[in-house]
Amino acid sequence: MDEIKTLTIDGEIVSAPSSATILDAAMENDLHIPTLCNLQGLDAVGACRLCLVEIQGQNKLQPACTTRVEENMVVQSKSARLQKYRRMIVEMLFAEGNHICSVCVANGHCELQNLGYEVGMDSVRFDYVYPTKKVDATHERFVLDHNRCVLCTRCVRVCDEIEGAHTWDVAGRGIGTFVVTDLAGDWGGSGSCTSCGKCVLVCPTGALFDKGKAVGEMSKNSDFLEYIVNAREKKQWIK
Amino acid sequence: MAKPTRQITIDPVTRIEGHAKITIHFNDQGAVEDARIHITEFRGFEKFCEGRLVWEMPGITSRICGICPVSHLLTSAKAGDDILAVEIPKTAENLRRVLNLAQWVQSHALSFFHLSAPDLLLGFDAAPEKRNIFGLAEAHPEFARKGIRLRKFGQEVIEDLGGRKIHPVYAVPGGVRAPLSVETRDKILAGLPEAYDITSMGLEYIKAFIETNHGKLDVFGNFPSLFMGHVTAEGALEYYDGFLRVVDSGGNIVADMLDPKKYNDYISEKVEDWSYLKFPYYEPLGYPQGNYRVGPLARLNVCSHTGSPKSDKELLVFKQMAGTRNVVLNSFYYHYARMLEVLFALERMEELLTDPDTVNQEDYRARAFSNKPHGVGACEAPRGTLFHNYTVGRDGVIKHVDMVIATGQNNLSMNRAIRQIAMHYISDPETEITEGILNRIEAGIRCFDPCLSCSTHAIGRMPMQVQYIGPDGTPLRTKRR
Repeated sequence: MDEIKTLTIDGEIVSAPSSATILDAAMENDLHIPTLCNLQGLDAVGACRLCLVEIQGQNKLQPACTTRVEENMVVQSKSARLQKYRRMIVEMLFAEGNHICSVCVANGHCELQNLGYEVGMDSVRFDYVYPTKKVDATHERFVLDHNRCVLCTRCVRVCDEIEGAHTWDVAGRGIGTFVVTDLAGDWGGSGSCTSCGKCVLVCPTGALFDKGKAVGEMSKNSDFLEYIVNAREKKQWIK
Repeated sequence: MAKPTRQITIDPVTRIEGHAKITIHFNDQGAVEDARIHITEFRGFEKFCEGRLVWEMPGITSRICGICPVSHLLTSAKAGDDILAVEIPKTAENLRRVLNLAQWVQSHALSFFHLSAPDLLLGFDAAPEKRNIFGLAEAHPEFARKGIRLRKFGQEVIEDLGGRKIHPVYAVPGGVRAPLSVETRDKILAGLPEAYDITSMGLEYIKAFIETNHGKLDVFGNFPSLFMGHVTAEGALEYYDGFLRVVDSGGNIVADMLDPKKYNDYISEKVEDWSYLKFPYYEPLGYPQGNYRVGPLARLNVCSHTGSPKSDKELLVFKQMAGTRNVVLNSFYYHYARMLEVLFALERMEELLTDPDTVNQEDYRARAFSNKPHGVGACEAPRGTLFHNYTVGRDGVIKHVDMVIATGQNNLSMNRAIRQIAMHYISDPETEITEGILNRIEAGIRCFDPCLSCSTHAIGRMPMQVQYIGPDGTPLRTKRR
């Protein structure tokens, strides 16, 4: 049985089981910490670094999504330093890809776009990379646009952990990293893909979308995750 | 031909949508030999659309222009319909038509009241700092207010349908994104009486202006050319679908019932090294004899009737001005044609909005994947015929894009118009060029209401620069305002 830990997040005294992360504890108490790669129902990977927090007594910033709560921990999630870094991260994501919100299928429904608003990104101070990236529209129903991918790996995790197909994975290194289906072939030719569409629904941007959607039409809904996880773990089929 | 010995440059031209430079070339005898409008911007939209999906194209191409995004939206959606190989529901067609008519109203109101009315009401020789919409609002507040109200009506219809006034992503390949509610329909209908009144005022004003200034307007691009525009199968004015008709300056039908999808069979484009804007021409007559005009004047010249009572009555008056030729050659009449088209747009909008199919809440979008490797869309933008031509892969990814823009098709005619005006008003290169003369040249271009952001790209810059250039290309002096 989990012990209950008591800690402070942004001046609020909260308690959480010892298995909980700082992010879990914050969410349980309606304290907002920005995230991008994290999605409840999937394993946390700490990839995007947007949920970095300051922990009293530690010089190193820690991701709230993978750091467990500890007794008497004092967490700060909204310091000027963190806000500065968060804006830099979002700016770098925009500079590294080809994100043109106005003509994107996910315009108005995009977590990256919302983060831009949240962190006050009124301009990008880094030089845009303008990488040459592909659009894979070979799947009958879905499209992968690498230009809009932020490498959150939600698609990889949902396909592996929930669907069990493990069609998606990550290839390459550094700035040349990209998501792949099977052995980096066309998605339409994937033998493992069940065409369930879970990857599309969890993708935070317009990188994965339904074929036939026009600008601003692709809204995502990952509520199914909670339903499936509850059904699987608690044997409760309740929406 | 004598070698040009001196140039006068007007850069940039103001109160048009975009940015252009005009040079006036003199020969050894000191007479104007040629005048050119140089489109100096390059955008490359056709190229960077490659690699995108056909369903995204209406949203992407509507970003070409903030004045007539609807025209690109609809033409792109039509090209998408062709690639999907679907017949869109009647409701979708009606709603797209209403959207295009609203676009005509707002764009024509902008051209007439905001951009050209300062010339008409304040005079070509009025001080440049007053010769704009603000000067107009000061001197003729009611006229300016009504002009703004008319544009607002058109813009609000676009917003009612597409959720926003500028860049609404309403039309999609296969139809439209949302139905029109009865409440919104009724709201639009309630705005029509005021719009009719303002249009009548505009029509009466431009007719009186033409009557009063008859002799002075003969040099505003008054020359023989071909005219091209959409007509219905019965030869009536058409704005969304139908066939293309070409008439000559004698009013004779040169070609009729042309399939817009096959525009490449009869329209070619010439490239000149002094402008980024290409020069389309009617291919059977060659270049530059195949010079044709598009837009409001051309549409009224090619159609036999409008098919709606009020505008048909007005068209008779318009056609009377053409005399026995049955076509009006003077480009100044574009202004008149624009207001007449607003009247037509309001009438047709009223007809469509009272059609029960328009408020059908269920069948407004056909869905399909890419079924053809090639698709062409065409419709009548406020400034003339617009073509989008896409080639796609089996996955719906764009491989090639060709867009032929209305302003580009008037390129040859705009050059002829400014040459005519320059020859009339500038006889001696030593003479001080007055603001009035410069503005008459600009006004000649403004007759065509060119949208350079569409035809090449670029956001307009308002300051005006006049440059004298000597025979060796050295600027002699520069005048700015």
